[in-house]
Amino acid sequence: MPKRKDIKKILIIGSGPIVIGQACEFDYSGTQACKVLKQDGFKVILVNSNPATIMTDPEICDKTYIEPITAEMVEKIIAKERPDALLPTLGGQTALNTTMQLAKKGVLKKYKVEMIGADIKAIKKGEDRQLFKAAMKKIGLDLPKSGQAYTLEQAVKVAKKIGFPVIIRPSFTLGGTGGSIANNMEEFKVLAKRGLESSMVSEILVEESVTGWKEFELEVMRDLKDNVVVICTIENLDPMGVHTGDSITVAPIQTLTDKEYQKMRDASIACIREIGVSTGGSNIQFAVHPETGRMVIIEMNPRVSRSSALASKATGFPIAKIAAKLAVGYTLDEIPNDITRETPACFEPAIDYCVVKVPRFTFEKFASADPTLGVSMKSVGEAMSIGRTFKEALQKGLRSLEIRKFGLESVVFNDPADIKVDTAVLAKIEQKLKIPNAERIFYLGDAFRAGLDIEKIYSLTKIDRWFLYNIKEIIGCEKELIKNKQNLSPELLKKAKEYGFSDRQLARILSSSESKVCALRKSMNLTPDFKLVDTCAAEFMAHTPYFYSTYDK
Amino acid sequence: MNAILALEDGTIFKGSSFGASGERYGEVVFNTSMSGYQEIITDPSYRGQIVTMTYPLIGNYGVNLEDVESCKPFVEGFVVREYSKIASNWRSRDSLGDYLAKNNILGIEGIDTRELTLHIRQKGALKAVLSTEDLNEKSLVKKTKESPGLVGIDLVKEVVCKKPYAWNKKGKYKVVAIDCGIKLNMLRILESKNCKITVVPAGTSSRDILEMEPDGLLLSNGPGDPAALPYLVNTVRELLEKLPIFGICLGHQILGQAFGGKTFKLKFGHHGANHPVKDLRSGRVSITSQNHGFCVDIDSMNKKEIELTHVNLNDGTSEGLRHKKLPIFSVQFHPEASPGPRDAEYLFAEFVSLMKKH
Repeated sequence: MPKRKDIKKILIIGSGPIVIGQACEFDYSGTQACKVLKQDGFKVILVNSNPATIMTDPEICDKTYIEPITAEMVEKIIAKERPDALLPTLGGQTALNTTMQLAKKGVLKKYKVEMIGADIKAIKKGEDRQLFKAAMKKIGLDLPKSGQAYTLEQAVKVAKKIGFPVIIRPSFTLGGTGGSIANNMEEFKVLAKRGLESSMVSEILVEESVTGWKEFELEVMRDLKDNVVVICTIENLDPMGVHTGDSITVAPIQTLTDKEYQKMRDASIACIREIGVSTGGSNIQFAVHPETGRMVIIEMNPRVSRSSALASKATGFPIAKIAAKLAVGYTLDEIPNDITRETPACFEPAIDYCVVKVPRFTFEKFASADPTLGVSMKSVGEAMSIGRTFKEALQKGLRSLEIRKFGLESVVFNDPADIKVDTAVLAKIEQKLKIPNAERIFYLGDAFRAGLDIEKIYSLTKIDRWFLYNIKEIIGCEKELIKNKQNLSPELLKKAKEYGFSDRQLARILSSSESKVCALRKSMNLTPDFKLVDTCAAEFMAHTPYFYSTYDK
Repeated sequence: MNAILALEDGTIFKGSSFGASGERYGEVVFNTSMSGYQEIITDPSYRGQIVTMTYPLIGNYGVNLEDVESCKPFVEGFVVREYSKIASNWRSRDSLGDYLAKNNILGIEGIDTRELTLHIRQKGALKAVLSTEDLNEKSLVKKTKESPGLVGIDLVKEVVCKKPYAWNKKGKYKVVAIDCGIKLNMLRILESKNCKITVVPAGTSSRDILEMEPDGLLLSNGPGDPAALPYLVNTVRELLEKLPIFGICLGHQILGQAFGGKTFKLKFGHHGANHPVKDLRSGRVSITSQNHGFCVDIDSMNKKEIELTHVNLNDGTSEGLRHKKLPIFSVQFHPEASPGPRDAEYLFAEFVSLMKKH
């Protein structure tokens, strides 16, 4: 189906201020959408309260209103501009909530504004826990056991029925605000009360805890002809219990067989169809029991989400841009893939590298904040890295955080060559592994430095053994480097670079300097290679210059 | 242990071995699936081929008892960037390396598989040798050049079952599946759709097949050059007007020839799990699993009889055909998936409904 001719003017709602839980990713997606719609000849009107965004740059849209994103203000803009359509799925939760209010007040009907890219029913079904649960049951998908509550008394009853630990999830909030885990009734009462208060509709879901299960996400797109494709698959290093925004995540999925992945893919497609997202992207989350493989669907975001920005950069597939085109009537097979030019956007990217996203925290700036991690998001940003191995991508990601760590360096031991382990050190490491926190990834490294084995660390963290083994390999390489400090072979240095060790990090390990390590490396002819992100694992010629560095020659 | 992959054009890739040691020849191809290596190595269609995975981290979830597409691995060699020494999955029973070693298959890791893939994309599929025994580059290249390759060679006879067998006992529709190197998931899906299947080796005569009184015939996938199998084309030609036929991959190419069409070799083939294929009847796109180096030339066929039903959106090649009057259709891709998306599984239901009607 080609572009719709009955729509001339489109209103886009931006995401507003940058807050914890909602950062500039929605500026990224909104900007892509504005640009492509304008290119396509539509008149694009934007409302966004945040002038420090790309999308509010004068050349991006035809008209930009820098006004508060409230239903009242947007109604005034609608009355003045009389747009034909409203695209609410690219500005994150703020845009979606505002649109919901506009619809409820009858504003969209009154001014004959068509909501494109989503509809009220789909948003309600996706975001309202009870409706979502009913919908998933209808299509035969397994869910965690749960119950709805509108008052504290109701909540207590539900919790008793499910048994502890339980998760409390308020409906209609930002970034999982108010979501929490309760291990007993005492904790539960406090947290349930807080949850009810933070929900826009005083509604919470009390849910069977799947804490410690493996966590996965799929980025899915659908068009008006009901073509559905999976753009990116993501596996969380941190198991369930840590908010995805605070988790180290990896693309693509690493530890599922094809049979298990296809089951998840089928479930995602069934989910987006049942929820009724007619065009655009959705993010769907699953938990898998590590010993039995039981797969439950956790939630779906019927819009471009935080993970969409990551998935776009991770695969080279511009999700927001394509979502905007789908919203105005194009179908996936009609849109060309910008990178290959000759193949259509109706395909699933094949990637030939590993992508790691590492969250950035700033607990040092919030002295009273609790630095442990849970189901409420606390990170303020993230770094994304690409490597040919997970080890390389992880270490690149860690040094991109700009927290004075140049890879998986120690937080416990001053000198990696002089590891002294006593009971106090062990107790500290174990405690830091057990309770998720901002520095846990570094304590994982230190756990291996201190001689803990994979099974012990697994029992404390429930982090999949595949990730643990890879971290162990990094530390193993560090140990080898220390041992062979005096007589470093080209093979060992090559391995270290392939494992993502930076020159600066190597300098510390080898008691040398960054420039000396760099000179040594060059003398051994070890230089980075630049490889292309091309959506197709080199199968087709790529035209977009989007590269990552790696040691792989 | 050190290992070398040498290509016929003199390109050398050095790495270390996992799996068995030895020396094996084959055509080197790349597969872009990010999961499903167990299904890939056990797919008999890979006989005669050394497969490189474009996804760099392979072996992560080990090998299990269920996800096999035949009784053993058939690839001549397996090339990866990084082989995972840990197998982490609740169903895993063995590591990939041990599994390959037990089945005497060579694996090589530490290869810049993207570089290799780019090379294949530019030069086309090349003859290659994978060795842990002979590490002399010159001698390897020489031996590769002298190796027979794939074109014109009947590889089907090396992978088929020895004699007919019943796959299952119960089912409303009696299907005979001609095994040219069949992937088991075709049989699993037909079984789930109320079919009782007898598998017969390619080479079984049309008379023997008709004596079984089947309701329908499945022509399976298989390895190598479809033009090297005139006996199979003849058998199928004799069966054209006798019963409903569903052809998959090599089976599609055999049918194409039985209808008088020709096949040609693709530069580097389609091997992956993300190929968009449009069903021209419904307009719907399926993301499909593919594994073929040859293609049916649709222009060489009689358009009065044969209708093009599916087309690959990436390169426009033909992906499916059907006879306008007879209950016969076939596809180039793999509706049985395994590995890959199950979007096209609806074709098995179409086959069953053809059997119902005829």
